[in-house]
Amino acid sequence: MSSVSLEAVQKTFGKTTAVNDLNLTIHEGEFFTFLGPSGCGKTTTLRMIAGFYYPTIGTVRFNDKDMTTVPPEKRNTGMVFQNYALFPHMTVFENVAFGLKVRRLPRADIRKRVISVLSKVRLGHYSDRQVSQLSGGQQQRVALARALVVEPEILLLDEPLSNLDARLRDDMRSEILRLQREFGITTIYVTHDQVEALSMSDRIAVFNFGVCQQVATPEEIYNKPANDFVAQFIGETNVMPASLIYKDEHHAVFKLEPAGQKIKVKKTNCHISQDKGHLALSIRPEGVNILKQHCEGDNIFKGKVVFIQFTGALFHTHIKIDKHLIIRATQLNTEANISFNTGDDVWVHLPQENVRVVPKIEVTANA
Amino acid sequence: MRNPEKRKTVYLLIPIAVILIGYVLYPALSTLFESFQNKGAVTIANYTDFFSAKTSSNLIALWHSVYISILSVIISAIIGMTLAFIFNKYNFPGRKLFSGIAIMPIVLPSLVGVMAFMFLYGEAGLVPNAIKDLFHLKDIPFKIGGITGILIVHAYTMYPYFYMTVSSALNNIDPSLEEAAYNLGAGRWRVFWEVTFPLLTPALIAASLLVFMVSMASFSAPFLLAGGYRVLSLQIYFSKMNGNLDMAATQSIILSVVSIAFLLFMRWFQNRKDYRMANKGIGAHQSEVNHPFMKIVMVTIGAIGMVILLLPHATILMMSLVPQGAWTWQTYPTKFNFENFVLLFQDPEILHPLKNSLVISFIAVLGDFIFGMITSYVLVKRKFIGKNLLDILVMIPWALPATVVGMNLILAFNHASVFSLGKILVGTFWILPLAYFIRFIPLVVRSTNAVLEQLDDSIEEAARSLGAKWFYTFRRIVMPLILPGVLGGTLLAFVQAVGEFPTSVLLYTLDNRPISIEIMNQLRMFNTGQAAAYGMIQVVLIAVVLFISNKYLGVKSENTL
Repeated sequence: MSSVSLEAVQKTFGKTTAVNDLNLTIHEGEFFTFLGPSGCGKTTTLRMIAGFYYPTIGTVRFNDKDMTTVPPEKRNTGMVFQNYALFPHMTVFENVAFGLKVRRLPRADIRKRVISVLSKVRLGHYSDRQVSQLSGGQQQRVALARALVVEPEILLLDEPLSNLDARLRDDMRSEILRLQREFGITTIYVTHDQVEALSMSDRIAVFNFGVCQQVATPEEIYNKPANDFVAQFIGETNVMPASLIYKDEHHAVFKLEPAGQKIKVKKTNCHISQDKGHLALSIRPEGVNILKQHCEGDNIFKGKVVFIQFTGALFHTHIKIDKHLIIRATQLNTEANISFNTGDDVWVHLPQENVRVVPKIEVTANA
Repeated sequence: MRNPEKRKTVYLLIPIAVILIGYVLYPALSTLFESFQNKGAVTIANYTDFFSAKTSSNLIALWHSVYISILSVIISAIIGMTLAFIFNKYNFPGRKLFSGIAIMPIVLPSLVGVMAFMFLYGEAGLVPNAIKDLFHLKDIPFKIGGITGILIVHAYTMYPYFYMTVSSALNNIDPSLEEAAYNLGAGRWRVFWEVTFPLLTPALIAASLLVFMVSMASFSAPFLLAGGYRVLSLQIYFSKMNGNLDMAATQSIILSVVSIAFLLFMRWFQNRKDYRMANKGIGAHQSEVNHPFMKIVMVTIGAIGMVILLLPHATILMMSLVPQGAWTWQTYPTKFNFENFVLLFQDPEILHPLKNSLVISFIAVLGDFIFGMITSYVLVKRKFIGKNLLDILVMIPWALPATVVGMNLILAFNHASVFSLGKILVGTFWILPLAYFIRFIPLVVRSTNAVLEQLDDSIEEAARSLGAKWFYTFRRIVMPLILPGVLGGTLLAFVQAVGEFPTSVLLYTLDNRPISIEIMNQLRMFNTGQAAAYGMIQVVLIAVVLFISNKYLGVKSENTL
């Protein structure tokens, strides 16, 4: 088991910068996720840790050892590929045994360890099958077994669930997590699926355009996004450009742009130095209250229901405040909430403790 | 170098580059230099000679070559496309059999095919004479020779290029594309011209290119059938035989320029548009032919076609069974036995050329196998500067007509050089294996490229990350996975090498003369039975190899071109 640290890592391909000035430390035994849209640099970073790419600038360390230019076969990492990359000319057993054979273990040991790991991934009876005879989920588990059997320092998973159907994905999610806890192995997981990231990880690094936007626990990422990109990428949110007009020791008041509504925010939610460029307010749909009657108070605006979507447990409602601002709200399907229709006049309440102030990052790179 | 992978690439590249530069580029440049030499001076005199009106024979030959090539493309396209459509779009009794027979011309090596056509339709040919006797005519009603002869042979041997590429393209067209067009209200005619036909463009371009280049390079057909008709590939041979190496070099350069210009034109034409299917076709449907009259017509046409297509094979087989002396002045052969084949094992003089061909071809394709696999691996899986250049170098022997490849080797190795280890190679045994090796580099590299491109990079990466070194990975993972494809390409190269004529005729010596040369000798001595027996051996060899590659190596017949 190892920790991994990336120090000022940069990777360029020709003129494009895939990863820029990345500093990260992944602790021993941690389940760490790289999350981001496609082309954000997360897979490139993983491949630098695996040794398939070498950074243009910067250092990769396992524990304190400099691994920057060590070839992949000398890193002792276990990697699970998006397409599994099972060797098609070998049986399940031979696939799993490959890494041990390379390490020149005695035959009997190989046999013992392969059988033991195959039973751990619940494929004990499949060891003589050709890999092409297995289902997607089974192939996935062979790939995991093959990576785990060599007792790697670090387990690397590159979007391992993206080729599975939804039901299987749920099963494999808990399967991977179970194995990770059982082996207690440092794991780096790459995904573009926020649900996977939130539900599995100890910590998440959110990437966009080759830059790491935030590193934090899932709760922090969701509740305290570092900027408007993170807020929008993880979960649903309402992002409203705003500027500060007043603050005291408990509150701050912001003016929405361009229409000028004033919004009061708890001071604890805006530890952002305000000279840092543009700001935005973010509020999750589930944090928005919809009122049928006008009430006095802060952050209450009149609007018109323009869209209602029922998804079973939840109602999604879009409320138009003015021509610049549509607020999305999500409510639980309880009887009290179902009594309005498209076109109704309602009042939207944005509770000040649910509003978060985030810096607006200029999106400069082209997707 | 910070990157050990790059270092590995360089180590792999060095031997590849040495071989390509020494045996492909340097010989081609030798020819280019020679073409600017005249009586020891550097001049463009050869070119002015070539294009001057007073020795118009060269210009005429050039024109004839282009003319024949264009006509060959048109005729083969018409035959090949028609057959491809009939066999892939309609279902009628015997469809499978007929469509299998339709590719039979590819098992005839060009020289053997031409020989069969001479026996069948030539001056003393069986068909004209049979018709003469049948209808009690005074003279034979027709015979092939000159330009029509060449064109008929070309059409017969080259329409499979169109047939196979168009068939496979038709099967890859997603039927829902045509259905979508019908659904939008287009009629049959419109669907064909606006959907199906445009989607066939890449196939048609590829086939046209092949037929054009093969026709430009065609040597056996003009050699045996042309009579006084001059084509450029023959002119090179005659110039060389007359000892006029400067002119042979000049003619080689001009023939190559025309071929390569056409190649580049087709590449450009194809790259203007993207024809890739968004998703893979799911097997084309065939419409059933139900009308009983149409059914009979279809089957009859198929049966007649089958006879015409198989007649050359049957002729070679029959001729090979006619012992020497049993068919001299008679119209038809009088005696059949296995003497010609038995002689192979009794008379070492007769076995010798066969042994030569097999040994030389084996050495050559063994080289192609190793060199092709490594080169293809580097081209497909490695990144480096100058990859396009390497790609071009590899393809040069394919783009150059065989006669030119032969000339290049003569001009490069008729004197000692570094690449021949200080020896003169022309006139020795080793020049032929070298020539065959060079000729078939592109074939092996391309068939290996096809399988390597299918091999996902992550397979190799998985092995590396599990701790396997590069060479171990290559040996245990990459090689086993690509072996069928490489072997398929190599086997094909082998059978083609066994029948190789144009380079052999320029480079052979008495001791290492291969089958193709001996066939010519036997024909010259009117010993047709022995010539046909050699031919028959080649036909069987090719048929066996095609069968094996199809059945066990997963090589599709359309990839064999």
